[in-house]
Amino acid sequence: MAEIVLDHVTKRYADGTVAVDDFDVRIADREFVILVGPSGCGKSTTLNMIAGLEDITEGELRVDGRRMNEKAPRDRDMAMVFQSYALYPHMTVRENIAFPLKLAKMGRAEMDERVERAAGLLDLAPYLDRKPAALSGGQRQRVAMGRAIVRDPKAFLMDEPLSNLDAKLRVQMRTSISRLQKSLGTTTVYVTHDQTEAMTLGDRIVIMRAGLIQQIGPPQELYDHPRNLFVAGFIGSPSMNVLPARLEEGLLRTPIGDIPLRGRLRRATEGPDVPRDVIAGIRPESFEDASLVHDTDQGGTFTGTVDLLESMGPEKLAYFTLDTGAVRSEHLAEAGGEEAGEGCQLVAQLDPKSGARRGAPVRLWYDTQAVHLFHPKTGENLTER
Amino acid sequence: MNGGKGRALTEGQRAERRLGLWLCAPAALIMVVVTGWPIVYSVLLSLQRYDLRFPEDKAWIGLSNYATVLTSEVWWNAFWVTLLITVVSVAIELVLGMLLAFAMYRAIVGRGLIRTVVLIPYGIVTVAAAYGWKYAWTPGTGWLAGLLPEGSAPLTERGPAIAIIILAEVWKTTPFMALLLMAGLAVVPEELLRAASVDGATLWQRFTRVTLPLMKPAILVALLFRTLDAFRIFDNVYVLTNGSQGTGSVSISAYHNLIGGLNLGIGSTMSVLILVTVAIIAVVFIIGFGTAAPGSER
Ligand SMILES: Nc1ncnc2c1ncn2[C@@H]1O[C@H](COP(=O)(O)OP(=O)(O)O)[C@@H](O)[C@H]1O
Ligand SMILES: [Mg+2]
Repeated sequence: MAEIVLDHVTKRYADGTVAVDDFDVRIADREFVILVGPSGCGKSTTLNMIAGLEDITEGELRVDGRRMNEKAPRDRDMAMVFQSYALYPHMTVRENIAFPLKLAKMGRAEMDERVERAAGLLDLAPYLDRKPAALSGGQRQRVAMGRAIVRDPKAFLMDEPLSNLDAKLRVQMRTSISRLQKSLGTTTVYVTHDQTEAMTLGDRIVIMRAGLIQQIGPPQELYDHPRNLFVAGFIGSPSMNVLPARLEEGLLRTPIGDIPLRGRLRRATEGPDVPRDVIAGIRPESFEDASLVHDTDQGGTFTGTVDLLESMGPEKLAYFTLDTGAVRSEHLAEAGGEEAGEGCQLVAQLDPKSGARRGAPVRLWYDTQAVHLFHPKTGENLTER
Repeated sequence: MNGGKGRALTEGQRAERRLGLWLCAPAALIMVVVTGWPIVYSVLLSLQRYDLRFPEDKAWIGLSNYATVLTSEVWWNAFWVTLLITVVSVAIELVLGMLLAFAMYRAIVGRGLIRTVVLIPYGIVTVAAAYGWKYAWTPGTGWLAGLLPEGSAPLTERGPAIAIIILAEVWKTTPFMALLLMAGLAVVPEELLRAASVDGATLWQRFTRVTLPLMKPAILVALLFRTLDAFRIFDNVYVLTNGSQGTGSVSISAYHNLIGGLNLGIGSTMSVLILVTVAIIAVVFIIGFGTAAPGSER
């Protein structure tokens, strides 16, 4: 149990690469924090600095108020789960799990009891005498978890622990990690590049890009109030629709119709630094089949031809191509946004009762209150400042 | 070759196997000619009384050459000296080689330079290096002998001479050991060592509990190569003492009987005994391999 403070931490590698730039986060005791961002944004580097596997170039790492910068990994009392699991191939599952305890010179009886308990929690009891080579991917992952939880450390550090599993197993393990962390109450820092994992697991998400923190907050807050275009594009699946838009007297002209600038939209566009051409963002679930909406006056409507229809069960996803150029922004490409070839793509999430059919036109309603406006250069969310 | 399921081979498998045999054939033939035949010939010679000084006494005498050699004090002295040189020099080479392997593998600056410097002794012809050591330890001319008290001639005393032979052997072949061990170090995944340090292991514990067990196959290969080589030690002994003062190795004994003494029967018997010893060493190591590969067994 511990509070972990990263106080303006920077990492510069020997070759000059600044992998983490002025990282400043306070992680509360028992908190589950997710570091998320595209590959190469500095997540692992940050985690390794917490673990002591990488030196901190600038700034301070404090655990429960004590400076840790110079402490060796073994003196930090943290457990780490690696993407490759890093199981010791020459040891049995039991020996793997017991390894940290053995190094801590724990007595035989207590060690056995703890290993049995960890194995019980993770359904590993039948495999204790096997070597890692004789286990499936999911079982290996659980052994790595077992090795972490067995010693009751100050914190768990996990670096993409689920990304080598198949989709179904990943979802299962996601819930069990979540449950485990809640029941053990151990401070956890979890690295992933998968926004779904980030949204479902964490108490708070730290979203990074090119070594810089973009936004910190609970999942819902990042979803509802993305601070910039990068966060907006990264969080949410399918991702937010982005459309080119133009501000004209009292109106926002978009490819899906004109939106009157009232309330928050007007306030957002009032600043002196707001250009004429902006980027409008609207999430797929802010759309609905207009025939299923009672009061279409509260919002906008547009009619388009369905390119593609995906029935997901509880919802339908309708894809449209708007006859306007797609938004090109450096803030989107990195976030893994759709690299639209030609034309502007739009995805709408509709009620399964919708009569939308592929190749046929459909009238959609959308919630104008849910529209975000972004600065085309800086990517800043104008509606959230 | 893996025989597939069951006994029966498909036509394709049989064709492949035939092709494999044909491809091996030239190499196998050369092996038979250059090593197989001499071995057979040695075994035949060892069963005969055959001294080139008395060629008319040549006769088949069964195993009595073996009885002669195995009851000879000279042979057993050579055997124990060889064993001593082998065990001591291979042990020292293992420790030094491991240190050098780490230095070569972990060096951050000047890696190329370190590797080159370490490999120099291995690149020098053994006999040339052995003469270097011989002159160095010869009183009057040698820089090393000069460091010793007045009047000492280490190469003329048994103990010191064996120590110098071991020194020359270690100096010469440690780089080879280091190379083999470095290949073994490279198979230990970096992430395992990181995991171990987070798990609470010190540098020494990471070495003994993770690196060493994972390197075991590489260590056994290195030990096998070096033990077999060391047991057949010849050049260094020949140059440094030529086997005087009871410092001769088994290969030196065989050589003296064959070439110096022209006694083909006794010399061949010794050669065959060396072969048998070397084969026993190899078998012991190969049994060791079976239990060494980490993670391969359940
Ligand atoms: N040892 C290193 N030396 C130099 N640059 C490195 C080193 N390790 C990582 N980097 C760089 O630092 C950046 C962040 O890497 P990393 O933390 O591994 O990213 P992530 O885990 O988010 O994918 C990358 O640009 C990577 O190339
Ligand atoms: Mg990473």
